[in-house]
Amino acid sequence: MRKIVYSLWFIAYGIFLLSVVCYAQTTVSSTELIERAKELDGQEVLYEGELIGEAMTRGEYSWLNLNDGQNAIGVWTGNNFLNLISFAGDYTHKGDWLQVRGVFNRACQVHGSDLDIHAQSINLIRRGRIVRHQVVPFKPRQAIILSGVFLCLLIGRLLSRKLKKK
Amino acid sequence: MVLKPNLEDLRVIGYYLGKIIIGLGMTMLIPLASAFIFREFNPLYDFLISFLICLISGNALILLCKTDKDLNWVGGMVVVALAWLTAAVLGAVPFYLSGHWVSFLDCIFDSMSGFATTGLVLVQDLDHIARSVNLWRHLIMFIGGQGVVVVALSFLVRGSAGAFRMYVGEARDEKVLPNVVETARFIWLVSIVYLILGTIVLAIVGRYEGMSWANSFFHGACVFMAAFDTGGFAPQSQNILYYHSLAYEVTTIIIMILGSLNFKLHYTVWLRRKKEIVTNIETRTFFMTIMLTFFLTAVGLAKLGVYPDALGLFRKGFYQLISGHTGTGYQTIYARQFIHEWGALALFSLTIAMALGGCVCSTTGGIKMLRIGVVFKALYNDIKRVMLPEAGVFVEKYHHIKDVVMEEHQVRSAVLIFLCYLGLYALGGVIGMFFGYPALDSLFESTSAAANVGLTCGITQAAMPALLKVVYILQMWIGRLEFMSVFVLIGFFAAFVRGK
Repeated sequence: MRKIVYSLWFIAYGIFLLSVVCYAQTTVSSTELIERAKELDGQEVLYEGELIGEAMTRGEYSWLNLNDGQNAIGVWTGNNFLNLISFAGDYTHKGDWLQVRGVFNRACQVHGSDLDIHAQSINLIRRGRIVRHQVVPFKPRQAIILSGVFLCLLIGRLLSRKLKKK
Repeated sequence: MVLKPNLEDLRVIGYYLGKIIIGLGMTMLIPLASAFIFREFNPLYDFLISFLICLISGNALILLCKTDKDLNWVGGMVVVALAWLTAAVLGAVPFYLSGHWVSFLDCIFDSMSGFATTGLVLVQDLDHIARSVNLWRHLIMFIGGQGVVVVALSFLVRGSAGAFRMYVGEARDEKVLPNVVETARFIWLVSIVYLILGTIVLAIVGRYEGMSWANSFFHGACVFMAAFDTGGFAPQSQNILYYHSLAYEVTTIIIMILGSLNFKLHYTVWLRRKKEIVTNIETRTFFMTIMLTFFLTAVGLAKLGVYPDALGLFRKGFYQLISGHTGTGYQTIYARQFIHEWGALALFSLTIAMALGGCVCSTTGGIKMLRIGVVFKALYNDIKRVMLPEAGVFVEKYHHIKDVVMEEHQVRSAVLIFLCYLGLYALGGVIGMFFGYPALDSLFESTSAAANVGLTCGITQAAMPALLKVVYILQMWIGRLEFMSVFVLIGFFAAFVRGK
């Protein structure tokens, strides 16, 4: 009997542990944040996206704009997380992919009713990189051909002007 | 009997169109230079190719259509209408080559949106676009705001009667200075002085808000061009929300209002006649319509408790309203928030503000304040006339730079344009509904396109039906040119087919 009780207790404990270990908050997309703003207002969310533009520091805090491929959402964070950042996305950079856990605000009272996330923690998921753009080969060729056509036209215009004068 | 246009008529049109195309090509040298400075070699070739296409097509037209004949009224209007379509197509070439747009139609959409200072966008992955392409997006707003023809008039066309006809065709019926070329140059002078000052102010604000100097200057120049020309493009996908800054919002509100005022009013104030600001019928009407539409917007938002405090109401409600009323289209909220949060009353009053527009002879679209003022003044006078003794004679006047006696033809013209705009807004709305969008959303987006505003509630996106994109392109074009040039172009083609 004791064995059965111990076994049951052990199984129940195992299930409990498993449920704790397996629990992980799923990330929300920017579209969900915008579309379900009223529902998610004031809740803790997990959001991730590429850092775009640049971190804008305001005193002890900074604004980060994270784009998940659908929209970019503003994240208000303490400057202590800025040391995670290596690249911000623009034409020549793929920005760092960051995961933010924080409180979502539909109309933030601190920031003039912006839709934003106040970060509690930030994790670096993927480091960004420098993007080198190779010149597409057909473009220089096309430019040379068009220059030739333009030169012919210019000569044509000059000739027609001379003929008119005569 | 309708006269069929002859070959000489076509040659004059082709000749002036060629000159305007060359003028447009010359403006591509600015992003080309910036691509060189920023070492963006793909965009450099894109702009070189586009520049050469403009020069080739412009010179070919001049060579084929060489003539000494001056433009008549019909020719002037036709040139303007065609010039805007051509500018939209040629201006789209660098966009297409950049690979940030899904199709060439999308490129034309954004190009027309830029030239017509609308601000609706279909660009993809804007946050990774080259600086030079971004500069071109904003520059076409600056060019479009002053007028594509004004660019050519300033540098390439002599001050003939034909030049004046093109100037009028571009929905600018007021000359600031006696000569039309001098007027065009003055418009550029005012704009460039404001551009320098505005860029410096925005750069300082941007720097203060945590941006690097390089970015704050670049963003400052771009945002100024789009705000002063009541365009609405922004360097980042979040539009003005990217900055999360009250100071940036206040500065852009001031710039948007400056851009929506009559150039003639700017000139009068430059001449130190500051009293004109409070006595002018346009500024008075503008003030009243802003107050009225903001009151309705605020009531709508407050009723639903959308924003928790007065600051929120100002930064979201008032900002969107000023942006819509001036025809700019800058947003500090996401497009879908209009639909999910704003409610019918606030959205409706914002639609009304967009439909009304700013002042005549400015860069705004919409019905415009002078016409609204004249129509309401005429209505008021009619009521007054009924109440006065029958034998009484009184002269109806309004103040616009000087005292103007109100005449029947002014009222008729104002009412006609008023009705044309209402028809254009409604037509786009009905077509939107045909594609399955809700009535208020369709009307909002249609008004935004036709009044060259650029606020969006989410309909405008790359996945929307191609036919709806074409409808919005046409609405932006017709709205910017205020109907007359487009009507004349249609009449010209009809005469070509059916004339004798």
